[in-house]
Amino acid sequence: MSTRQKDDTDLIAGIGLMAAAAFFGWQTIGLEIGTSLRMGPGYFPMILSGLLFILGLLVTIKSFGREGEPGTPIAWRGILFILPAPIFFGLTVRGLGFVPALFFTTLIASQASVKMRPMYALVLAVAVTVMSTLIFSYGLGLPFRRFGPWLPF
Amino acid sequence: MDLLSNLAMGFSVASSIANLGFCLIGVILGTLIGVLPGIGATATIAMLLPITFQLEPVSSLIMLAGIYYGAQYGGSTTAILINMPGESSSAVTAIDGYQMARKGRAGTALATAAIGSFFAGSVATFLVALFAPPLTAVALQFGAAEYFSLMVLGLVMSVALAHGSVLKALAMVVLGLLLGIVGTDIYTGTPRFTMGITQFADGLNFVAVAIGVFGFAEILRNLEDEHEREVMTRNINRLFPSRQEFREMAGPILRGTGIGSVLGILPGGGAILASFASYTMEKKLSKTPEEFGKGALAGVAGPESANNAGAQTSFIPLLTLGIPANPVMALMIGAMIIQGIVPGPSVVTDQPQLFWGIIASMWIGNLMLVVLNLPLIGLWVKLLTVPYYVLFPIIMAMSAIGVYSVNGNPYDLFAVAFFGLLGYIMSKLRFEPAPLLLGFVLGPLLEENLRRAMILSRGDPTTFVTRPISAGLLVVSLIVLVLVFLPQIRKQRDEVFTESEG
Repeated sequence: MSTRQKDDTDLIAGIGLMAAAAFFGWQTIGLEIGTSLRMGPGYFPMILSGLLFILGLLVTIKSFGREGEPGTPIAWRGILFILPAPIFFGLTVRGLGFVPALFFTTLIASQASVKMRPMYALVLAVAVTVMSTLIFSYGLGLPFRRFGPWLPF
Repeated sequence: MDLLSNLAMGFSVASSIANLGFCLIGVILGTLIGVLPGIGATATIAMLLPITFQLEPVSSLIMLAGIYYGAQYGGSTTAILINMPGESSSAVTAIDGYQMARKGRAGTALATAAIGSFFAGSVATFLVALFAPPLTAVALQFGAAEYFSLMVLGLVMSVALAHGSVLKALAMVVLGLLLGIVGTDIYTGTPRFTMGITQFADGLNFVAVAIGVFGFAEILRNLEDEHEREVMTRNINRLFPSRQEFREMAGPILRGTGIGSVLGILPGGGAILASFASYTMEKKLSKTPEEFGKGALAGVAGPESANNAGAQTSFIPLLTLGIPANPVMALMIGAMIIQGIVPGPSVVTDQPQLFWGIIASMWIGNLMLVVLNLPLIGLWVKLLTVPYYVLFPIIMAMSAIGVYSVNGNPYDLFAVAFFGLLGYIMSKLRFEPAPLLLGFVLGPLLEENLRRAMILSRGDPTTFVTRPISAGLLVVSLIVLVLVFLPQIRKQRDEVFTESEG
């Protein structure tokens, strides 16, 4: 609880916690609560949601009347390329197969840096794909289809 | 003597060619990720966890353990040479280590760190061997109520030892517990919080949560501001310390080992706290406290010994109780469960080869680390010149493979992206990820033991305070919680953590 924290940081944090608590609380509706002797599936989650809400409320209240420190920049480019990379891998690993899916995943992820040049990214993606296929698929024998049914060969 | 024959058995397991090889791979990988900023032990172990399924249980745990303590070694190298701790526990080493490097004593600082770590690692490993068996005997007496109270204590400690706001750390624990509940209720089979997605019926993938919250969030933080690193490679002086320097480091190393061994057992990042505590203590004890922050040898020797001792002794709660002391230990539990080993007190009796093999391997691993780190320091330093924009796409590819190979479930990859975003938002809002992950792992266990204890006591909640061990654990939890909220203690706690950042 240092005074270094920024007001709005904690304000957003507190509201976020209460929102999460409300979400979990809402999801608990419909689950049987049960008694303290035979607790139903909803008993423990209900207590936790309530507790989370109270904590969120306290964080929100405490955020007022305090000085904070300025925030750091947000990595928009990072978010834009890093997070879709595993989603792409998840969507294509079965269809395209391990090798092409990993190649494109690495290529997408590499775009997250402003310093990455296109040729370099291509070389890196090829190198990573070749090494990973050798290590994981051939070396360790993980059960991946190297090329999937979406490809003609 | 039992201890000696057990240790002998452990060494015979650990010194098989295959296990020596895995230990070596582990410590090399550990040093590597410790040296490279931007990827920590938690994310690496999470990534490699699925690959270890193919190995023998003992080999996989030896390798994973090697990564963990290897990272503690490697982290100090970057801390000293570029003032950028590769691991959070070496943040303290950076203060005086980097100043020593700037004064041309980089070699001495690196050697001090290595010698301190080796000594502390060896002593702490011996302590694990000494104290783990009697503790298991106690743990075997534990019922559901005791386990519940013990986990409450563990979670409270992780809150107390987290950086920043206590309230927010508590909220992270609760959020982690809630996330841990996602999946099918074990008693009734009711799906909970799955939002109708059947792929989440077995719960959220632990590896996905760990990689998202620790790995991806860290990558995003590093991409906020891409700057060049300045490496102090030109002036590494002679490595071997002089007699005078040996005398200077002996006291801090001994004290650091002591503090680290005790604090490492505590749940919630004992190794990190240990290095802070050791630094504060050395500064108080020193005849020349004004030298601290300007390149004091004791400021490197003490904390480095403490964090390594803590890294070793944090295996004690894992091996005896099956309770993780930090996120890495939580991953080790995951590894054991996947290998079909139920973590807990029965491991010592049911799997003595595994138990003593891991302990013996720690000592061997520490020896390997000294050999790897001192003569090969130049090689590790070269690695620092690899630019980050080359590293992170590789990390991303490994993460995707790692997450997917746990269950071959594409939904786990969607989960890892979600938790990456959540982890980044959390770090922006200054939430600590460690309590969340600990809550996530302990959530199902906590609920199961709570419900079982209540059934056993016929719905009487006083069972937690009438059973002496359980009551004792709860009282300690309460004291800790009260203490961290006391204004005085809170101020001191802030000081310790701020100092480490400075």
